[in-house]
Amino acid sequence: MGFYFAQLLTGLANASSLFLIASGLSIIFGVTRIVNFAHGSFYMLGAYLAYTLVTLWSGSVLGFWGGVVLAALVVGLIGLVVELTILRRIYHAPELFQLVATFGVVLIVQDAALAIWGAEDLLGPRAPGLDRAVRILGEPIPEYDLALIAIGPAVLAGIWLLFHKTRWGVLVRAATQDREMVGALGINQAWLFSAAFVLGSALAGLGGALQIPREAVSLQMDLSIIGEAFVVVVIGGMGSVSGAFVAAVLISVLNSFAILIFPQISIVLPFIVMAIVLIFRPYGILGKPGSEAGAPEAPEAPLTLMSPKAMMVMCAGLMALALSPLFTAEFTSVLLVDVMVATLFAVSLHFMMGIGGMVSFGHAAYFGVGAYAAALAVKFLGFGMLPAMAFGPLCAALAALFFGWFSVRLSGVYLAMLTLAAAQILWGVTFQWQDFTGGDDGILGVWPPGWASSDRVYFYIAFVLCVGGIWVMRRIAYSPFGYVLRGVRDSQTRAEAIGVDTRFHQWMGFVIAGAFAGLAGVVFAFSKGSVFPDSLGIALSIDGLIMVLLGGIHALAGPILGASAFVLIEDWVTRLDYWRFIFGTIILVVVLVAPDGIAGGIQRLWRIIKRGAA
Amino acid sequence: MLEIQDLSAWYGRAQILNGVSMRVGQNEVVALMGRNGAGKSTTMKSVMGLLRQTGGAVRYDGRDILGRASHAICRQGLGYVPEDRRIFGELTVEENLEVGRRPPRPDAPEWGLDHLYALFPNLRERRRNLGKQLSGGEQQMLTIARTLMGNPRLILLDEPSEGIAPVIVEQMARVIAELKREGLSVLISEQNLHFARLVSDRTYIIEKGQIRFEGRFDDLDANPDISRTYLAV
Repeated sequence: MGFYFAQLLTGLANASSLFLIASGLSIIFGVTRIVNFAHGSFYMLGAYLAYTLVTLWSGSVLGFWGGVVLAALVVGLIGLVVELTILRRIYHAPELFQLVATFGVVLIVQDAALAIWGAEDLLGPRAPGLDRAVRILGEPIPEYDLALIAIGPAVLAGIWLLFHKTRWGVLVRAATQDREMVGALGINQAWLFSAAFVLGSALAGLGGALQIPREAVSLQMDLSIIGEAFVVVVIGGMGSVSGAFVAAVLISVLNSFAILIFPQISIVLPFIVMAIVLIFRPYGILGKPGSEAGAPEAPEAPLTLMSPKAMMVMCAGLMALALSPLFTAEFTSVLLVDVMVATLFAVSLHFMMGIGGMVSFGHAAYFGVGAYAAALAVKFLGFGMLPAMAFGPLCAALAALFFGWFSVRLSGVYLAMLTLAAAQILWGVTFQWQDFTGGDDGILGVWPPGWASSDRVYFYIAFVLCVGGIWVMRRIAYSPFGYVLRGVRDSQTRAEAIGVDTRFHQWMGFVIAGAFAGLAGVVFAFSKGSVFPDSLGIALSIDGLIMVLLGGIHALAGPILGASAFVLIEDWVTRLDYWRFIFGTIILVVVLVAPDGIAGGIQRLWRIIKRGAA
Repeated sequence: MLEIQDLSAWYGRAQILNGVSMRVGQNEVVALMGRNGAGKSTTMKSVMGLLRQTGGAVRYDGRDILGRASHAICRQGLGYVPEDRRIFGELTVEENLEVGRRPPRPDAPEWGLDHLYALFPNLRERRRNLGKQLSGGEQQMLTIARTLMGNPRLILLDEPSEGIAPVIVEQMARVIAELKREGLSVLISEQNLHFARLVSDRTYIIEKGQIRFEGRFDDLDANPDISRTYLAV
């Protein structure tokens, strides 16, 4: 009995820290409609700053709590700077650009923390006066855990009072429902957004600062927490602080008991809970319909067929690509295969987002399933390369068939989060199922057979598959099926009213996008000779989003430009020190200078040049 | 007081307003009439700074306001009551009013809670209810009261009689008369000729984004073709 009670208390203590981070994220999303990936970075900064301050003032009770609070305030200030310099300029950009911009901040903060605090994990001091354990029902419970259990509800109560008893709070809640109307009533939204962002960042910083007696401060804190924080926000309902509290308790307590039965489950449990909750409550436990909508979208311009000139440029580019192995080094061919794989992956993601109107935060899942299916078929079933190359996309399509069925029942950010959940579940299974998938060691020896083993021959195999795949997807986009899909994207209700089975079309769009992502995964697996769990990871999913958005979501050529630029920049930048900082800065510059992506930027530049010439 | 000159507005590539010119004088109630889609709401949104693609000029008290942020326009003394009401459903009636509250202005009547509750007695009874729990008529009252909390000098009322019960429409007419008595100027958009005639001094008729008629209701009656062409359903 005592043991289970202790387990419950541990769960509640974890819930408190999770709630602090998630509440800030929820407030920021509710008011600004920004999906803030940098929230994990604020959490990490809170921990590092608290480590420095608390170590500096070590020993005294005041020093500890003063350091924690000051760290939270400094993080709030950093949040203010981020909001003023970056986000304020892109509130009207498509929401995914905001997401990519915040990911740029993630990269910059990572390298800044590396430069300031170094790569080694830092062990923080314990809280003075709370550094022992008390016996409850015979079990030792850390006093600090009890303090955390009290802090969570106290912060919830504080936020509740702030939101219900102050004018500012009333304005924030009003803005969560209808920002434009709040503006028309004379409230300066910019100021409201900044304040909400500062509050949200400070809460994340507080969450991080309070962690230092419990876990080592490390550079991995940011991305390790962000997935779980998103899940909590989604389960609770986007924008709902009380919902975030309920969800944090639900997940943490379930987790503290589930690990007793099945220790490996903790990686995927939050995502499973989220998938189940969303199926029954598509807006989360305390969310409201409409809370899934991100920034207001500009109306989509219709897709036009390529002009003859653009077609010629495209053909010339393809010709040059096809002939490139004849006059470049083998090394270049290998890089070009990477570019083609990334492009196919980005085009499949664009197909889902730009054509299908479904934002995916977990598209890497299908890339990874394709790659793993092919590798496992080679290893266990003795498939040759070509049958394995057919088997991979088939399995990716089946996975997309399964997860897509759930996903298309949701929309907006909730749909995106469910795709993330699906990817995390697959990643968790792959990572843990050592005997079958090799776990962290991956699967090695997935090489092409002798006739295809030279880099040049493999280049042409990749060329045919990737260019062919892109061509097929383009054909689908212009087929009647593609028109219906775009119709559903632009207005689900109108499409439904004219008799379109919208869910079915979205589902099939999801499957097609998954299958081609799987094809990219297969080509990737045989080009590297191995697969690792990374190919299902969040990082690859985000890379895909960056490629699509760098290119520009409103143009079919966008993902091609975006993926090529991404791979070439990455190839060049990763050789430098502090490449994340540089890469993050590049992302921010592109987002701020060309919020319509490279394709849009080039179009605008071209118009300016033409006007200048005329 | 409010002068709109050659106003154009676009949604994407579709041009909705095509050179609208009109004016509202001090303490005047002006009706902007036209069918659905004629451009009434778009005109109001453009004036209020809620649309980004606009051209022409909007002057308020001689100052150019077109292209300014909507909160800045509101702070000059313009109140906006949207046609779809846009109540904050998760906030109580009193909190809805709080969102609209602005400091008093020397040049406009001041509306406190008591004054508003006297004008809209239902709202006093329901002040602790959530916005989403109100009936359509009560929501219409609340959205007007919320805008009045900002102590405007000129108020833009977008289709106040749309979709509410006849008895509430009558109450609405009394409210508009009260606003005029208090010294406010009002621009209302309306499809209902009878209601417009009841509450306003002058009218403009808009069709396909252009003003087709301006004048008094007597002039309109003298030309029955006009109302038949532009207003009859």
